Amino acid sequence: MSTPDFRDIWVYLSTSPLLGLTLTLLAYQIAHALYLKLGSHPLANPVALAVALIVAILTFTGTPYAVYFEGAQFVHFLLGPATVALAVPLYAQWPRLKKLFGASMLALAAGSVASVISVWYIAQALGAQRQTLLSLAPKSVTTPIAMGISEKIGGLPSFTAVLVILTGVTGAIIAPSLLRASGIRDDAIQGFAIGMCAHGIGTARAFQLSETAGAFSALAMGLNGVVTSIVVPIAVNWLG
Amino acid sequence: MLASITALLLFQLAGEVLVQWFGLPVPGPVLGMLLLFIVLIVRGGAPAALRDTANTLLQHLSLLFVPAGVGVMTHLGLFATEWLPTTVAILLSTAITVLVTAGVMRMGAGR
Repeated sequence: MSTPDFRDIWVYLSTSPLLGLTLTLLAYQIAHALYLKLGSHPLANPVALAVALIVAILTFTGTPYAVYFEGAQFVHFLLGPATVALAVPLYAQWPRLKKLFGASMLALAAGSVASVISVWYIAQALGAQRQTLLSLAPKSVTTPIAMGISEKIGGLPSFTAVLVILTGVTGAIIAPSLLRASGIRDDAIQGFAIGMCAHGIGTARAFQLSETAGAFSALAMGLNGVVTSIVVPIAVNWLG
Repeated sequence: MLASITALLLFQLAGEVLVQWFGLPVPGPVLGMLLLFIVLIVRGGAPAALRDTANTLLQHLSLLFVPAGVGVMTHLGLFATEWLPTTVAILLSTAITVLVTAGVMRMGAGR
């Protein structure tokens, strides 16, 4: 009787969701430990580190994304209930929110339009293809909304998902220091601005600043999803 | 814990059903968040168990974006040709968005 060699075990495991799920949790915890070890330096963003680690491992073992996603989908699924759960910290800010309602609505409209128009013109000036422009336009909103918008206007939804994550990581890295440098100290405004530019990944970062910043970031993320899904088709029509 | 997870899923489900029914341009979970928010206002507070579950889920919010992020490997070819316009546009546009939003909100709040 022969003992199975490593390759047989690998082939067996690669057909079950266990590997993809375990890899996701392990890579994230390694990334998060590294992030803490580097003194929570914004450049050591845990999402970016974990993604890089997993992509390296999948490429090295020749594992296709679809196989990995069989397992990772269980983590991905939790985005839904986590989004609903954002209502809880949001409710905790209700008194503050009522006071800032008018200002929030103005900032929402201005931020959404600024995001779509600026990304379009800058990418166009740098020679991006039209399909890339269409995939970039909804970059600042949460993944499922952005993918839906991208599909509607003729972009590549799966490419949009990647650009959205890249935007989130970028916002989580630069937004807090940019806000501090421009003298914006109110954590409700900080949170709202972070959520407008960097959706859920920014919201995760905003919760590290304060509970208030996190709640306002969640609010901006939700509202921006709705407004951007209206703004993008109109803007694309107008931008040509 | 079990009851509050079920509640979150039920609100998500209600959101999904309403979105499909009325053909709304919002994802189900975002509408679910709005519905739960309204219920919390009407109810005048969140039960402690729901607060605990929400905190646990949101503590690891970043983790939940990892599977979609790994999708970058399926677009390495497109990214190889378009990396310059996309990364520069994302970097600058993100900075513009955050400053415009914060600036307008500060003016609007009068501080």
